[in-house]
Amino acid sequence: MSQTITQKILAKHCGKKEVSPGELINCRIDLCLGNDITAPPAIKEFEKIGVKKVFDKKKIYLVPDHFTPAKDIKSAMQVKMMKDFAKKYGIVNFFEIGCMGVEHALLPEMGAIKPGYLVIGADSHTCTYGALGAFSTGVGSTDLAAAMATGEVWLKVPEQLKFIFTGKLPKWVEAKDLILYTIGKIGVDGARYMSMEFTGPVIDRLSIEGRMTMANMAIEAGGKNGIFAPDKKVVEYLKRHAATCRGMTLTASDPDAEYKEIYEWNISGIEPQVSFPHLPSNTKPVSKCKSVKIDQSVIGSCTNGRIEDLRVAAKVLKGRQRHKDVRLLIIPATQNIYEQAMKEGLFNIFLKAGAAISTPTCGPCLGGHMGILARGERAIATTNRNFVGRMGHPESEVYLSNVAVAAASAVAGRIVSPEDL
Amino acid sequence: MNKFKGIAHKFGDNIDTDLIIPARYLNTHEWEELAQHVMEDADKTFVKRFKKGGFIVGGENFGCGSSREHAPIAIKAAGVSAVIAKSFARIFYRNAINIGLPILESPEAVDKIKEGQEIEVDLATGTIYDLTSDKFYKAQPFPEFMQKIIAAGGLINYLKNR
Repeated sequence: MSQTITQKILAKHCGKKEVSPGELINCRIDLCLGNDITAPPAIKEFEKIGVKKVFDKKKIYLVPDHFTPAKDIKSAMQVKMMKDFAKKYGIVNFFEIGCMGVEHALLPEMGAIKPGYLVIGADSHTCTYGALGAFSTGVGSTDLAAAMATGEVWLKVPEQLKFIFTGKLPKWVEAKDLILYTIGKIGVDGARYMSMEFTGPVIDRLSIEGRMTMANMAIEAGGKNGIFAPDKKVVEYLKRHAATCRGMTLTASDPDAEYKEIYEWNISGIEPQVSFPHLPSNTKPVSKCKSVKIDQSVIGSCTNGRIEDLRVAAKVLKGRQRHKDVRLLIIPATQNIYEQAMKEGLFNIFLKAGAAISTPTCGPCLGGHMGILARGERAIATTNRNFVGRMGHPESEVYLSNVAVAAASAVAGRIVSPEDL
Repeated sequence: MNKFKGIAHKFGDNIDTDLIIPARYLNTHEWEELAQHVMEDADKTFVKRFKKGGFIVGGENFGCGSSREHAPIAIKAAGVSAVIAKSFARIFYRNAINIGLPILESPEAVDKIKEGQEIEVDLATGTIYDLTSDKFYKAQPFPEFMQKIIAAGGLINYLKNR
């Protein structure tokens, strides 16, 4: 039977030749991860299982990134619980501030993710790693506990959706717009339980960072995973970031593999997309947003906090100032990105523009800390969710956009494209 | 004890995990503390109005968004007997099964049951009984493997038994 890349990875990890949608399988994992919100309950459950050791000390990643640097005593206790657990079981990959980053930016950057891997993470945006040709999906804390003990996870083989992007990316249109456009078209449950495979000439030209932005938001369409067939760019990325390329499997979907649905879009005519409150699927072209005044602009997160994103922000902000009524927060996603941005002189541009630059954290994206909205306030953000109360007060609003639009809007004080500055 | 009787509390489509338990309360994983804020941003009065044993009835894609297990935990800890929805987002679905929160998929029941009505749910048969209109609805049955996890009382107990 012809198989998609997702099916091939799943089959390999459950010791079968092939798998079919709907089949329940037990898979071996290559890596699992948890953060300061999801790991503590996982640790509690892990201790209940009664095993003496973890399945592999090197394959568990613990990254406190949500409420860190610890915002209060309770958050500090959660991080300490992770640290103590890592020490007790000899878990190598525990990262505190100073060497940490937003988990889904950090792991690929460290070379931890390889094509063909099966990864689970107790964080819904674990689907990011599909950009590197891995099957990766978000699970809960109990799943993480079980995986830390057994190195296994139960999965239902998803049905497959294919998205083909043709045409040429217009100016100021980024990978983020492709995924917002997709979610706008199919809805927040358009890919529920399904695998989203992204392909086409536009995708071939996209950077690995751009692909991460897209795979990251597969969950916002309800998807189980987002995936890209690994190509030369992935291998080059690994050579730059990983100690070795050993362990990677380069594979692609069979040409006659079965898909539940195939979408093909020519994107040459699209504008930057903005998701209005309170669902990522409420998308509008940026030209329809001009009357929306904002109080805050957030550039960062596991969706758009990479060096490529910061370069776009700098391009827009160079020689410009934030609007006097707008707070502009820029959050490099990892310590390395932070250092790189500083070396490239991007921080000078940001500081002159009146931005506040933060140490890596998920912070405001989930309404955790470092940029919470008051009642009635509005933010534009390069993050991934605009649910009710997502960035603070339940009566505040979040608009999702690409980096260029978030930067331009900070300057204009309302939602605009850089073209309008 | 597989039968539960209680009041139905209705919510709409796409009830996300931030509505179920906002991130501002996630600096703890204590069940009782989470229970005090369940559904807070969807309906501020819910915690006050809710009587233990009642049901949450949602529309499509219930539990979409974050992977936080705190969402089904907050619901279970508040004393909700089961969540009935037209469909569930996949991570919430897994988490509910893994922690032993009963969930039932029945679009028909969701359409017919009204806010505040008394219903009875038989988990063994997957039947939802609407006492007001004297009607029965059948939920989608779980695959056998998931039934084993549910019967064990969640994934951790299932693993311990194995």
